[in-house]
Amino acid sequence: MPNRPGVIGAVSGEEAEIVSKVCIVLTSGSREKLQFAAMMASVAAVSTYDVTVFISMNALPYFVEGDTAPAPAEGEMGKLIEEKNAPEFLDLLEQAVELGEAKIHPCSMAVDILGVSEDELKPFLAEPMGLTKFLSLAEGGQCWSF
Amino acid sequence: MSERKTIDARGTYCPGPLMELIANLKLIDVGDELEVLSTDKGSASDIPEWIDKVGHEMVSSTEEGGVWHIVVRKTK
Repeated sequence: MPNRPGVIGAVSGEEAEIVSKVCIVLTSGSREKLQFAAMMASVAAVSTYDVTVFISMNALPYFVEGDTAPAPAEGEMGKLIEEKNAPEFLDLLEQAVELGEAKIHPCSMAVDILGVSEDELKPFLAEPMGLTKFLSLAEGGQCWSF
Repeated sequence: MSERKTIDARGTYCPGPLMELIANLKLIDVGDELEVLSTDKGSASDIPEWIDKVGHEMVSSTEEGGVWHIVVRKTK
């Protein structure tokens, strides 16, 4: 029996282990969207989902080591998140990796455009990934875009 | 004999209390309990949902003066 999307190890005569995939595309540089993407990634990763996050466009500069200006709030909720004791989105994403084995890949195109090396990116990130590979990984899973 | 440790997650928001719970579950022995103190109402319903999904045991959940005391037993 061929493997079906979302089903890993579905081999004839063996019991299939079902793993639901959650794929998150993060392209926004606003605090609100970075925050919610990080919330979703962390909770999904610790709740038995197989999580892949793909970071591109205006989101990527926040994953470069060093002093980066805070992400603009965008709206009222973003301002409140800044004022109150909400978890930092970078901390949540790191927890997604450490506690839930999420894979967080920077987009290889965006890495090239930004002109940074892998060594300059946050250490919890996995290797840069191309869109073709991401689309292949995301096949059959839930896909969320922020 | 099982032990109980308390995590003070008051003042933080979703998913802070849940992530604190999970990080601490990795550090305790099977059979031991964690009590999470949380002022986040959403976490009071989310934590039991997570416990049910992954198969640990909910011991109790009570609210006192705006603080939820959520007690969980590690089962595996």
